[in-house]
Amino acid sequence: MIGVGQLVLAALLVPTCGAGLIALCHRTPDLRDAVTVATAGLLLWIVAALLPGVLAGDRPALALITVLPGLDLALEVESFGMLFALLASGLWLVTSLYSIGYLRANHELRQTRFHACFALALAATTGLAFAGNLFTLFLFYELLTLVTYPLVTHHGGDEARRAGRTYLGLLMGTSIMLLLPAVVFIAAVAGTTDFRPGGILAGRVDGVALAGLLALCVFGIGKAALMPVHRWLPAAMVAPAPVSALLHAVAVVKAGVFSVVKVLVFTFGIEPLAAAGGSDWLVYVAGFTIMAASLVALNADNLKRRLAYSTVSQLSYVIMSAALLAPLSLIAAVLHIAAHALGKITLFFAAGAIYTASHKTEVSQLDGIGRRMPWTMGAFAVGALSMIGLPPAAGFVSKWYMLSGAMSGPSISGTQWVAVAVIVGSTLLNAGYFLPIIFRAFFRLPVAGDVPAHGEAPWPMVIALTTTATGTILLFFMPGVPLALARQMLGGG
Amino acid sequence: MTLVQQLPVLVAVVPLAAAPVALLLRNRHLAFLVVLAASGFAFGASVLLWQQVAGSGPVSYAIGSWPPPWGIEYRVDRLASFFLVLVSGMAALVLSWGRASLEAEIPAGQHYLFYTLFALCLTGLLGIAVSGDAFNIFVFLEISSLSTYVLIAMGRDRRALAASYNYLIMGTIGATFIVIGIGLLYLMTGTLNLADIAARMPAVEGSRPVLAALAFLTVGLSLKMALFPLHQWLPNAYTHAPSVVSSFLAATATKVSVYVLLRFYFEVFGESQVFDRLPLEQVMLCLALAGMFAASAVAIFQTDLKRLFAYSSVGQMGYIILGLSFDSVTGLTATIVHVFNHAITKGAIFMLLGGVALSMGGVTLPRVQGLARVMPLTAFGLVVCGLSLIGVPGTAGFVSKWYLVKAALEGGQWWLVFLVVGSSLLAVIYVWRVVEAAYFHAPRADLVAAVEAPLSMLVPAGLLVAGTVYFGLETTFTVGSAAEAASVLLGVPR
Repeated sequence: MIGVGQLVLAALLVPTCGAGLIALCHRTPDLRDAVTVATAGLLLWIVAALLPGVLAGDRPALALITVLPGLDLALEVESFGMLFALLASGLWLVTSLYSIGYLRANHELRQTRFHACFALALAATTGLAFAGNLFTLFLFYELLTLVTYPLVTHHGGDEARRAGRTYLGLLMGTSIMLLLPAVVFIAAVAGTTDFRPGGILAGRVDGVALAGLLALCVFGIGKAALMPVHRWLPAAMVAPAPVSALLHAVAVVKAGVFSVVKVLVFTFGIEPLAAAGGSDWLVYVAGFTIMAASLVALNADNLKRRLAYSTVSQLSYVIMSAALLAPLSLIAAVLHIAAHALGKITLFFAAGAIYTASHKTEVSQLDGIGRRMPWTMGAFAVGALSMIGLPPAAGFVSKWYMLSGAMSGPSISGTQWVAVAVIVGSTLLNAGYFLPIIFRAFFRLPVAGDVPAHGEAPWPMVIALTTTATGTILLFFMPGVPLALARQMLGGG
Repeated sequence: MTLVQQLPVLVAVVPLAAAPVALLLRNRHLAFLVVLAASGFAFGASVLLWQQVAGSGPVSYAIGSWPPPWGIEYRVDRLASFFLVLVSGMAALVLSWGRASLEAEIPAGQHYLFYTLFALCLTGLLGIAVSGDAFNIFVFLEISSLSTYVLIAMGRDRRALAASYNYLIMGTIGATFIVIGIGLLYLMTGTLNLADIAARMPAVEGSRPVLAALAFLTVGLSLKMALFPLHQWLPNAYTHAPSVVSSFLAATATKVSVYVLLRFYFEVFGESQVFDRLPLEQVMLCLALAGMFAASAVAIFQTDLKRLFAYSSVGQMGYIILGLSFDSVTGLTATIVHVFNHAITKGAIFMLLGGVALSMGGVTLPRVQGLARVMPLTAFGLVVCGLSLIGVPGTAGFVSKWYLVKAALEGGQWWLVFLVVGSSLLAVIYVWRVVEAAYFHAPRADLVAAVEAPLSMLVPAGLLVAGTVYFGLETTFTVGSAAEAASVLLGVPR
């Protein structure tokens, strides 16, 4: 019988060793792809094995090394990290199936490097999800940037290199310039960087300093794509579709908002923050990001660019809800991480499937494509519903909590009204940039003289995108597990 | 006396004795073995000394049994033993790595001379670390400098001669300044023993000759450690010297000058004189910042990788001196830790570049395009070392940066925090130029057939690369020694 601690460590080692195996199998593509799927399956199994314990209130912890006095490399599985790891590893399994179809159908080069880096990215994501303190989180955060860089620049051309510069420059620049000083400061004043329920800064930092420190953290976590440090995300769209799907809808961007919420709840502490009003400004910045990014998405013709800006805006829903600090909004933040992950990965899967089958990349080219690719566009419609927040998609549940949270409390403050207005207004904008795509796909006739007739993309891709679309709907009907995990996070850890 | 008690002197004398042996043998293979054995011995002795000092406090050794302060005293404390381990370890690694590179870069007939000079250079550097006598330190400094001039001149390119000559002039000016400073101290205190000078210092503190001595020593040592703007000799010297020499110098030579500066500042003169009577706190702070930004910015525009990383070294020296200027235990810890961390990182980089020079015939950016295709291990090693230069967590460079930022925070200087982390962004740029060249281009047509460096070079270089990661995660040795040494230097009990 393996101990729980070893299981946590295995969640890190399995994808790492998997990457090594994938690299070793570079001569036999079939074996290599089998190893990829097997690794993803094993990781999901390990993470799922941790779930019952965590739901029952266990907090498996593992201290690895003491790097500096008071600075440990330590893992601890709490409910929020559990949810994120479950999400990332589950969707990795689906994505690995999808990538195999995508890479083979598009005759991509360097497939081994792609799969190996993907596995490493998942190792970093799992480490980040299970990080027991801010330092460990910071380490895996940087690692995640580095291992995803080869994926973003996969095509290797000039465009990819330029995008890679933006990606690395912004993500690494913000984390070193802003997050690192914040981490050192927190370690210096608190003597530890451990994540603890209620935070570690209570009574040590307050007032303007607290708000300033929060700003360093939030902008330092560039992966959360809060404006003005969001530029890396649209730039990263040069990457192949599976990368955009898993990394830039789930692993990387969610690592960003996950870190923000985690720091908010477990480093700063909700009560000290609320008492100092230290996160009010964040509601406005996130609200602005939601609206501005939605407006950009409205005008983007390139499908992946539209999805990227939609992601920027959806990520800020999470940040805005968390910054409101009400219990219901925090639940909304956690739920939305899951709901958006499922919906957005479906949308990116669909975009990649469209590209693979028809080589179309622009929204304006999609007239009538729903008749040729009914499964793909059906899944796309489900994902879009989730983005807008309509039933029966998961996005409805999180938006419900979001609005309830924004309107909770004895009296509704001005900040809360702003949040409500942003949620309502952006919902309209979301509808404004997603519904036309669905309309075009199903209700317009294909342009005459269009590219030769095509059907659906290869079957692994179709399976993957229908799976995630089904997941989006299932989460609407059965939000039990994420909800329980989110409640646990609030219930003192 | 047992052999163990003789270690403080043997650590310098054994390499010294190896030099004439290598010269007389006139056989490159035997000379290699002799000098390698001497370096290995020095490393072993250093580790033993480090353990001894850590266990039972500083070790003092009277040369010829002349008791200090009349005779020359060798004194090994936490700081000295830490530097001994660093210098001798790097020497042994570089030597074992460098044979193949040497075969390619220096005519076979000169090899025994190379080993002779290398042994002398090592003697000088180790001697500086063990000696507790001001004039003896100067003598060792000259031994190491003179042998370095010749080692640099051995580069196969004729520009090595100019670089060596340039360094000779600058180095001699520096040495002259140092000897003037030591002379003035002797004049005022009548003694050359460092501890004795320190004991007599209160009587003459603040007098003009003492302050002049401090100024002369500061400038002289700044020249030797290539502190901006006295760094002009360094880029050429590193670029045109043989790869073995660049690797060794980058890891050790300038670092030992930092050691001497620490000794003089904090033990001989005392902080009150250095930082209160003379505004050296502000001066060092400004020079450090200027170096961090100017040299790193210049590095961005270099096309020769050896020159690029040489400028990076000047920039990194800025971090080392910045830590010193905080005048706090945390700051000094940052200085000492960064000396070590930067030494292994830069040593590894220059060793990897030596391998590239061997396989691809040069290290200019156009030539190393597609490096990852032909030398994947070397390219990956360069990336890891580059991350350490940037200060990514999990690498040695991060530990240094952590302490620098912490020291700035303790001093309440937020603006400095942002300058420290801001300058690492410059490192991102110059490191990424190398990464893009290595990973985003196809190799030049005539270099497609180039192969990975021989195993004899890959293994020692790989060890150091692994070291940059190891010392980023396990810091008991580095931070432990450095913090201990820093609190001893500042007289703060831990």
